[in-house]
Amino acid sequence: MSDMSSPNPADANLVAAVGEPVSIGPTPSEPIDRSTEHGPLAGARTLLYKEVLRFWKVSFQTVAAPVLTAVLYLLIFGHVLEGRVTVFGSVGYTSFLIPGLVMMSVLQNAFANSSSSLIQSKITGNLVFLLVAPLSHWAWFLAYVGASVVRGIVVGAGVMLVTVWFAPLQLANPLWIVVFALAGATMMGALGLLAGLWAEKFDQIAAFQNFLIMPMTFLSGVFYSVHSLPPAWKAVSHLNPFFYMIDGFRNGFFGTSDVSPWISLAVVATSLVVVCGLCLHLLKIGYKIRH
Amino acid sequence: MPAVAFQNVSKIYPSPRGSVRALDDVSFRVEQGEFFGLLGPNGAGKTTLISILAGLARATSGHVAVLGHDVVADYAAARRKLGIVPQELVFDPFFTVREALRIQSGYFGVRHNDAWIDELLAHLGLVDKADSNMRQLSGGMKRRVLVAQALVHRPPVIVLDEPTAGVDVELRQTLWQFVARLNREGHTVLLTTHYLEEAEALCSRIAMLKQGRVVALDRTSALLAGTASTMLQFKLDRPLPDALAANARVTGRIVQLKAHDAREVESILSVLHAAGCEPEDLEIGRADLEDVFIEIMRGETPPRFAA
Repeated sequence: MSDMSSPNPADANLVAAVGEPVSIGPTPSEPIDRSTEHGPLAGARTLLYKEVLRFWKVSFQTVAAPVLTAVLYLLIFGHVLEGRVTVFGSVGYTSFLIPGLVMMSVLQNAFANSSSSLIQSKITGNLVFLLVAPLSHWAWFLAYVGASVVRGIVVGAGVMLVTVWFAPLQLANPLWIVVFALAGATMMGALGLLAGLWAEKFDQIAAFQNFLIMPMTFLSGVFYSVHSLPPAWKAVSHLNPFFYMIDGFRNGFFGTSDVSPWISLAVVATSLVVVCGLCLHLLKIGYKIRH
Repeated sequence: MPAVAFQNVSKIYPSPRGSVRALDDVSFRVEQGEFFGLLGPNGAGKTTLISILAGLARATSGHVAVLGHDVVADYAAARRKLGIVPQELVFDPFFTVREALRIQSGYFGVRHNDAWIDELLAHLGLVDKADSNMRQLSGGMKRRVLVAQALVHRPPVIVLDEPTAGVDVELRQTLWQFVARLNREGHTVLLTTHYLEEAEALCSRIAMLKQGRVVALDRTSALLAGTASTMLQFKLDRPLPDALAANARVTGRIVQLKAHDAREVESILSVLHAAGCEPEDLEIGRADLEDVFIEIMRGETPPRFAA
């Protein structure tokens, strides 16, 4: 224990400069009366709030811009292909395209949210504020993935709200819509978290997005039914988990899809468990964030 | 129970050219209520040690505990007791000062903490900036916010990792007044700094690290008393004669040379005169912590530990 009764002369000068000690908070031994969260999810609510606030503060870029992009896709492809293509027997092309665009927006934005937030914090160094806090790996996971789901759903709802006026809306099985939207957004939020943990530079995230996420979403049947593809491409499409997310989601609108929604659910759920499990493990060991 | 206990802490970083041993079997304790200084040259392992304490890095072997809570096995309890002011000037550009403090408080599970946040803002001169975005603040103001963030959950142990590097005199004074006050109220303070006069003025006990090892650990007064030498200081406008240069500490025009007695002072002066040098502002004074530090780092004195 230090000898507090004999401060050195310079310390005495500081005492003189400060004047008599004024209590500016409880001393370490005093009990502090405040509402403090404990347990494995302590702090998760605040981190979720912070992550949602982060994208909401720049919503022009994180919400409005992807809605506009989806509307442009609809205008261009709908204009070119409406009347020339019908899907599932009687569904018009624009009607077919809308759920695909909504789900694509949900997936891409859920991925973008967690991946960009984490890589920004790593590169600017402010991740230290989280690293020194008593947040468990569950708290990190729920907050980052939760905020990704919120952004994905907000953007998806925005795309739906704007595009629904271009074609009649069917809602054959709304439960599938909700289930696949939530499962897809959760998986992409977790995948974004994985990418953010792994990446050390912005261009690695961009590469992940451009060479993996973008091709897998574009080749998943957003713009076409895989039944229209040659057999080889059709077989390849069935290896793409994104195909099942979009196909299952679309079934909720039309009551029909390329494969059974139960098969889609099984594939999506399995992928979800694998990605989330890996994500939780890497967060627990502090992969590339605690050295 | 010590505020902080380092027990046989080693850290080895793998690198393409073989592993680098950043810390080598470091053991010492910081007692509750102490103002403790951790000194060492760049690369000595100070920040690595602080990083292991804070959970930013993991020790290759050994244990670290904060008020009895192991920083790995019982990390949540350990981190609740610890407030870290990081060395880098980092901030989250999306938020205002008040938002940043509320968020940091929430990470520690402390909600409805506005009264304490207002107090912190007042004590650190940040009231006017409470609703400013972090990006709009000067470097000094950002540093104050870092201090507030470290204290927002009212930790009993405060760690400051070179908090005054590159900050102006006014902020340095404000910061030390504030931290000294916290220490007087019972908070433990662990400080790393390059400014040895700060360590001498503030720290009651000091550990010195060199190449990952503790080479001195004692009360500041004992470290100073242990060096019997006096220092001869003068100003010189031309290069020092070779015979003196090897043992001199030169800062611009200021030259400092260790001189144990009057005969040694005479000897130095005669070498200067023989070389045609005319020293100005000649002074003889006691060695300070910087002299002790240099002696220990050069290996001129054996490792210094409290008896």
